[in-house]
Amino acid sequence: MKHLLSTLDLSRADAIRILDIAEEMAAVGHREVKKLPALRGRTVVNLFFEDSTRTRISFEAAAKRLSADVINFAAKGSSVSKGESLKDTAQTLEAIGADAVVIRHWASGAPARLAATDWIDAPVINAGDGTHEHPTQALLDAFTLRTHWAKVRGIQSSGTDLTGMRVSIVGDILHSRVARSNLWLLRTLGAEVTMVAPPTLLPVGSGSWPCKISYDLDATLAAGTDAVMMLRVQGERMHAAFFPNAREYSRRWGFDDARLATLDAADSAATIIMHPGPMNRGLEISSGAADSPRSTVLAQVSNGVAVRMAVLYLLLSGDQQRPAGN
Amino acid sequence: MSNTSYLIRGARPLGAAPADLLIVDGLIAALGAEAAAHAAAGGATVIDARGQIMLPGMVDLHTHLREPGREDAETVETGTRAAAKGGFTAVHAMANSNPVADTAGVVEQVWSLGKRSGWVDVRPVGAVTVGLAGERLSELGAMADSRARVRVFSDDGICVHDPVLMRRALEYVKAFDGVIAQHAQEPRLTEDAQMNEGEVSAVLGLVGWPAVAEEAIIARDVLLAQHVDSRLHICHVSTAGSVDIIRWAKERGIKVTAEVTPHHLLLTEELVRSYDPVYKVNPPLRREADVMALRAALADGTIDVIGTDHAPHPSEAKECEWAQAAMGMTGLETALSVVQHTMIETGMISWADFARITSTTPAAIGLLADQGRPIAVGEPANLVFVDADARWIVDPYAMATKGRNSPFKGLELPGKVVSTFFHGHPTVLDGELNTPVPTNGDL
Repeated sequence: MKHLLSTLDLSRADAIRILDIAEEMAAVGHREVKKLPALRGRTVVNLFFEDSTRTRISFEAAAKRLSADVINFAAKGSSVSKGESLKDTAQTLEAIGADAVVIRHWASGAPARLAATDWIDAPVINAGDGTHEHPTQALLDAFTLRTHWAKVRGIQSSGTDLTGMRVSIVGDILHSRVARSNLWLLRTLGAEVTMVAPPTLLPVGSGSWPCKISYDLDATLAAGTDAVMMLRVQGERMHAAFFPNAREYSRRWGFDDARLATLDAADSAATIIMHPGPMNRGLEISSGAADSPRSTVLAQVSNGVAVRMAVLYLLLSGDQQRPAGN
Repeated sequence: MSNTSYLIRGARPLGAAPADLLIVDGLIAALGAEAAAHAAAGGATVIDARGQIMLPGMVDLHTHLREPGREDAETVETGTRAAAKGGFTAVHAMANSNPVADTAGVVEQVWSLGKRSGWVDVRPVGAVTVGLAGERLSELGAMADSRARVRVFSDDGICVHDPVLMRRALEYVKAFDGVIAQHAQEPRLTEDAQMNEGEVSAVLGLVGWPAVAEEAIIARDVLLAQHVDSRLHICHVSTAGSVDIIRWAKERGIKVTAEVTPHHLLLTEELVRSYDPVYKVNPPLRREADVMALRAALADGTIDVIGTDHAPHPSEAKECEWAQAAMGMTGLETALSVVQHTMIETGMISWADFARITSTTPAAIGLLADQGRPIAVGEPANLVFVDADARWIVDPYAMATKGRNSPFKGLELPGKVVSTFFHGHPTVLDGELNTPVPTNGDL
């Protein structure tokens, strides 16, 4: 694995290897000294063409816990805003001596483009590109799901996949890179996926995706699901009327207190509620649901650092040594 | 006999039996055995064309020469050199230059630059609306009356979306037998569109350009053309649904013609998975089923002509993220080979059909008197000689166009243009550019 661009081309073995190493990395986070020397002397560049404090901080924390040097490059206010091209920026990073480039870009395919050209030789990690993919988010979601699924089944999570797990991804699928990356990865790991959204927020062509499609959240919940992954309604990407108004959206597709109560009444103890953040409370998710014991929102954030440590470690060090070995 | 005489030996007219051909002072002077006899007396330059196919010079209804305004991308000089090398003897220069070709002054400028260059006939396309803004009709009559004698009008790159304006344009150009060449793209359905809408765009997270956005405009415009009994030409048809509508219209006698690009006959949206902007084009590459429907439509005459939509861009316009990249591909120097590969080698059309779709019919649509003529004594010697058995690997850096944005880079294709004769003068010899027709200064 030279780059991490997409979960579509991630094999089951690679995915499980990343999750297993992430478990070891997560243990580091519980130590008094949360640091490993694995990437000492290496330089990781966070190249962000789009604002994302949460993802950037997560990658920064991951790199620093592995003792790498981190350079944060935000396009806003930089030479990029003066018209510098991706090619020139990449070649500058190459000249500086970047050992890995973590790229967040508003354009779908920008990381793939960077990786395919000879502009830069370093591994490229896709930290979210347009409405295409966000593979580390999917990996941290899978990590969260696997931890939960192992607990439900009373087994150790290491080395296992998600076979038999039912996951519902709900909301703005059309604009969601998280939904796409999750679908490919969850299928690779054996989970059954249902996409729930208004028809206007499902891409044309999604009918051929390896998942069930539903327009009805209540019916999906009633059929039983082990995890509900709520997606942010991406108002900033919407230049047209995708639904009549927030109230109607919330009523039909939001995870509100009433649906939480239904879940509780049905004694679906094993069902967790996920959200990649940032959340629109009151729109796609109520505060009651977001803050409930079922919610894994903060665990996802925490798992994100471990997963990104695993990815950085694998891409920069290969499998030469076990990362958390004594 | 003067030194403007050429005896071309042994070429096969449209792939038929070999024949000699004598060119004198820009015209075909003799054919067959007579040609050699005449030439022997006059000392014509003898060119051995045995094994080659002789065709009427190709005519492109859809070329972007970029001049004036974007000379960094292409100039009339470089674009017409590319055209000659590709076997063309006439091109229609699209109007989306800067300034836009929406006045007699600009079209005459392009026309005179073409004359001065001397590689092919340059026929400017006039903009339908002022500044391509889709609000007011351009001075269509002034452009028609100018020395450029514009007959094809198009806002190509932008759809004439306002139905009233489109109706008026169709009606108005009847005064000088003009034709409106429509870029069929419903603008609201294609806002921010990046590629064909469907399964691939859903996976790639790129905003889709739905087929219906093309088909809806074509359906509307053929009905408008029927209503006002005018000539309508559909640029770069790209979907199977569009083919069905055009077929329906033709069956009803509506005066509609249509073109397809070579790249839409070969490439599919699957290539976009690479995110390489060399595959970014408008209309976008479509599905395999669309490609097959376009080929069938070209073979059965539903689609009338090949239009290259040659769209050169400087490298920086393509060496970037997909979303930021310019749309368009070069096509003049690969058109013949791609059509041979997709249509002739598949047995769907003959070389005679090739002459019809690349020369006779486009010349008729553009009302070019000297182009697309039969290969016969007394006719202008606008000809191309092709080695159909040759194979070559496309190298954008070996091309005459300034644009390096060929989607066929690295592909092995059949058919090479060996020589091109423009008004009796060899602009291309042995596959390489020779010299342009000397200008007589009559600009």
